[in-house]
Amino acid sequence: MGDISILGPVGSSCIELPFFSSRVSAGFPSPAQDHMEQTLSLDELLDIDAPHTYLVRAEGDSMTGAGILDGDVLVVSRALTGRHGDVVIAAINGETFVKRLNVRGDQVVLCSENPRYPPRYVLEGDDLMIWGVVTDSIRRHRSHV
Amino acid sequence: MSEPAFALIDCNSFYASCERVFRPDLQRVPIVVLSNNDGCVIARSADAKPFVKMGEPFHKIRGELERNGILAFSSNYALYGDISERVMTVIESLVPALEVYSIDEAFADLAGIDDRERLGRVIRAQVLQLTGIPTGVGIATSKTLAKLANAAAKKWQRQTGGVVDICDPVRRDKLLKVMPIDEVWGVGRRMKEHLTAMGIKTAWDLAQADAQTLRRKFSVVVEKTARELRGISCLNLEDAAPPAQEICSSRAFGQRLYEVEPIREAVASYATRACEKLRAQGSFCKRVRVGVRTGMFNPDESKYAKGMVVELPHPTDDTRLVINAALQGLELIFRPGYAYAKAEIMLMDLRQRGEFSGDLFADEQPEATDRVMGVMDSINAKWGRGTLRPARVTLTPGWGMKRELKSPSYTTRWDELWRVRCR
Repeated sequence: MGDISILGPVGSSCIELPFFSSRVSAGFPSPAQDHMEQTLSLDELLDIDAPHTYLVRAEGDSMTGAGILDGDVLVVSRALTGRHGDVVIAAINGETFVKRLNVRGDQVVLCSENPRYPPRYVLEGDDLMIWGVVTDSIRRHRSHV
Repeated sequence: MSEPAFALIDCNSFYASCERVFRPDLQRVPIVVLSNNDGCVIARSADAKPFVKMGEPFHKIRGELERNGILAFSSNYALYGDISERVMTVIESLVPALEVYSIDEAFADLAGIDDRERLGRVIRAQVLQLTGIPTGVGIATSKTLAKLANAAAKKWQRQTGGVVDICDPVRRDKLLKVMPIDEVWGVGRRMKEHLTAMGIKTAWDLAQADAQTLRRKFSVVVEKTARELRGISCLNLEDAAPPAQEICSSRAFGQRLYEVEPIREAVASYATRACEKLRAQGSFCKRVRVGVRTGMFNPDESKYAKGMVVELPHPTDDTRLVINAALQGLELIFRPGYAYAKAEIMLMDLRQRGEFSGDLFADEQPEATDRVMGVMDSINAKWGRGTLRPARVTLTPGWGMKRELKSPSYTTRWDELWRVRCR
């Protein structure tokens, strides 16, 4: 056996197939019948059913420049390890933040996207863990109730 | 056919590890998890083990935990269930076949795979990366040996990197000789005493024991265990568990109950849960047993326990019929004047739909019931358990479980998502 790579979860797919039941009694069959495609699924777009996808809620305004507002739901993948430029969930000495990951040579900097928050340089004694990479964010534009 | 080979993948201190996934600040803080109603310790992180024994009552050790900086959590099964599913899905994508053995262990079939130890390391690394849960992997030519190899991986975590492959007979025998008998799958405390009295002290001793004697003194199961220890595979990967023959839903109340009304609520709620399980496995039941009891150990309380079986009008999976029957039974067994601690619902005489061969005039479940139950299940699947429920069932009951130290249901409730700071 050569290289092993994760192909994704094995199990029932969540993609809904269109249920087509245009009843043909005596009339003309629907001209759209031959052109039906899969229905669109947000689960599929955001890869929600993957075992490595997690949802977290953003709290605060330090990432507004990246388009992340207070209360947004972030889609986080643990399958990605984080590279220069990614928005990540980073735990530094046990404290967790949403930050932009900046890697310049050996120097790692966790940057905010709001001038009011200074960058955090990761120093030698710091314990840094990249928990996951933010792939998408979800914002509701209409109040719930 | 290639030689049989199995891996047992086991999550380390699973419940405690789950509590750490969304709490990077607890990476180095020792943790214990408590049983229902915060009764006693049911799980410990590795760094808590030297300070806390398994099963210790929480109220007794509360102060000591605080002094040692050990954090206690109420059990959060919504979280553990979700993380377990993620772990199993990851493993399943890496192996030819998987048997999920419990919430935190699974057997994999590795027959025909060349570099098994390497695959073991990939499984371990992937599960850790994708779910944050540390695991141990034992690999061998039988399930019993895989389980033993797993115990070794755990015991010598640092030296083995959490993966132990004993498919090689020399390595296998070396391990058998150092593993005490009670590390063997299926050997409990009483059997250990019996075996020790016979001079069987290590896994190796059991492997060498005379088959006839084992069968005569114990059972064929123990004889099979010995054969498995010799590297002869007798147990295959099991498919999904067969439908249960009985379904039970029981729980201790968060506090003692004296009146019948809150007990009715509890019974209705347990019956609802049991019927959900019944429909999930596609069965019908014919009878339901309802039971109540007081606490059994407090010398100052009078003790009482009674149950009764109620026949249902026809084989059914209708929550409403089961609740009715259970409440009828409850009226007959409830005696005022006791401090009730627990109620139980058991669905009995289970068959798959259509397996009941009633006579021509026997009542059957009407089709409308199937539709009502189907709608209820799909609404609850979509919007969360208890969204649509019989009016008897309260969502926030006064008798509910005490879970004062529960972590949020990070992955299963919108209002409890992990909150990460943008600061």
